[in-house]
Amino acid sequence: MIRSTILAQINRIAEQQMKTLAELTDDLPLLQSGLDSLCFAMLVASLDDTLDLDPFASEAEVRLPVTLGDFIKLYENAAA
Amino acid sequence: MRTPLPDRRSLWDLTAAAGLASARFVSDASGRVALAPGAAGSGPAPGIDMLRGRTVLISSDRQLPALLALLMLDGIARRILLCPPDLDPVHLPVIAAAAGVDIIVSDGTGPAVRAALDFPTLDCPTVVPPADAEARRGETTEWLLFTSGTTGRPKIVVHTLATLSAPLDDGLAVSSSAIWSTFYDVRRYGGLQILLRGLLGGGSLVLSQASESVGDFLTRAGRSAVTHISGTPSHWRRALMSGGADRMAPRYVRLSGEPADQAILNNLAHAWSNANVAHAFASTEAGVAFDVRDGKAGFPATIIGRTGTPVEMRVVEGSLRIRSNRVALGYLGEGGALAGADGFVDTGDMVELRGDRYFFVGRREGVINVGGQKVHPEEVEAVINQHPAVRIARVRGRRSPITGAIVVADIVIHPSGDFETISGEVLQACRNSLPPHKVPVMLRQVDRLDIAGSGKIVRSDA
Repeated sequence: MIRSTILAQINRIAEQQMKTLAELTDDLPLLQSGLDSLCFAMLVASLDDTLDLDPFASEAEVRLPVTLGDFIKLYENAAA
Repeated sequence: MRTPLPDRRSLWDLTAAAGLASARFVSDASGRVALAPGAAGSGPAPGIDMLRGRTVLISSDRQLPALLALLMLDGIARRILLCPPDLDPVHLPVIAAAAGVDIIVSDGTGPAVRAALDFPTLDCPTVVPPADAEARRGETTEWLLFTSGTTGRPKIVVHTLATLSAPLDDGLAVSSSAIWSTFYDVRRYGGLQILLRGLLGGGSLVLSQASESVGDFLTRAGRSAVTHISGTPSHWRRALMSGGADRMAPRYVRLSGEPADQAILNNLAHAWSNANVAHAFASTEAGVAFDVRDGKAGFPATIIGRTGTPVEMRVVEGSLRIRSNRVALGYLGEGGALAGADGFVDTGDMVELRGDRYFFVGRREGVINVGGQKVHPEEVEAVINQHPAVRIARVRGRRSPITGAIVVADIVIHPSGDFETISGEVLQACRNSLPPHKVPVMLRQVDRLDIAGSGKIVRSDA
């Protein structure tokens, strides 16, 4: 559920921002995904709205994600 | 305006006085220039006498040619207009006229070329100036910088080398072998501070390049053995998300341009455990006010209200006010007074006391800071309000852990309108006329927006 929402949002934002996406595999480095910082800011905001999750705002020490797999795991852990 | 320091010397004199060793250099992704006399091809700069006492616009997409032009011009020119490469060329003719530009120094690129300005033009130098006294650098050159809060025609702030270099006396111990770098463009105030620390401190400088990926920049910084490096929190988040942190090993990591939150400070301390991580507060107008070295977000309340210190700070009506010898001389032309009668500059940055520390809570008048780039809500609202079915719009910032803030908009639409259709058209209009960071990330339909007695939209919950 979380994974599919994230992937759907990534595709939506890429289309809206006219970005060409790389193949969305877990080991894809985020900065090579085709999304820029602004796109990631949009993604995090829309996930906060749709999933009611903002793992970056948690009290726990959060490491910034490097790969798409890291990013998804961050959200899955925040929901757990 | 204050009288410049009597012992003021030029950028090149001070760079040379710090020691011109063959190991010193400035570089970017395309080249490297030794900060040493007798470097290949160095000699009297052609046309230098044409530049004496003149107002010179430096236009270059790359930073290295602009830096070499600065070394040539400070102490020679009356004024230097430092054009950042992303400046909208539309504004340049008016700005050039206001500044009294009479000559351009360019490598054939940059905003002045895009604006097709019709002025005599000299080539940027490709080497450092000759180390001789013949250049007679007696002029107190004014450095004209663009503010980061650019809406409509940008404001120009007037500094001199004295005001710009005053923050260097802040006790940050740096050896002459330091190799400085920054994600910033050195033609912006934040980048210029790093340029001055590199040149005046006797070290070297590795410049970023607009076309380069963050990963490639980190690789280049690592290969150049960068020891001290600065950027905005957004630059640093991007650097860490690139996975390239292990490509360099800085001893000093600096953040400025946006409030640093605890998460990014912790992430940086984790990525480079041997580095000192500091975050600084500065504005183009007020200069560098302070830096915080304890690894915590916010700043200690004890630095407010001190007197007899190089920088005096107050909090009045919630905003941070600064008085120091680092403050700019003023705005160019009729841009309005910079400091109040008491010499304090109101930064417009609102702070809040929590326990024994102050924290930044946003800008007065709702200015939004998206990754270090300021967005005036009114500018975006003007575009949205052009849609015939939009009755009124309010643009505000929403916190973002990636870029500090993002732009969102609340709109009231005509009752017969379809929100989906209208929001699609509004966003398209925004994309057509605004740079990406100013385009609202989301639109929210609201029934009404409160209007204050002043006739302005209430921004209190922005």
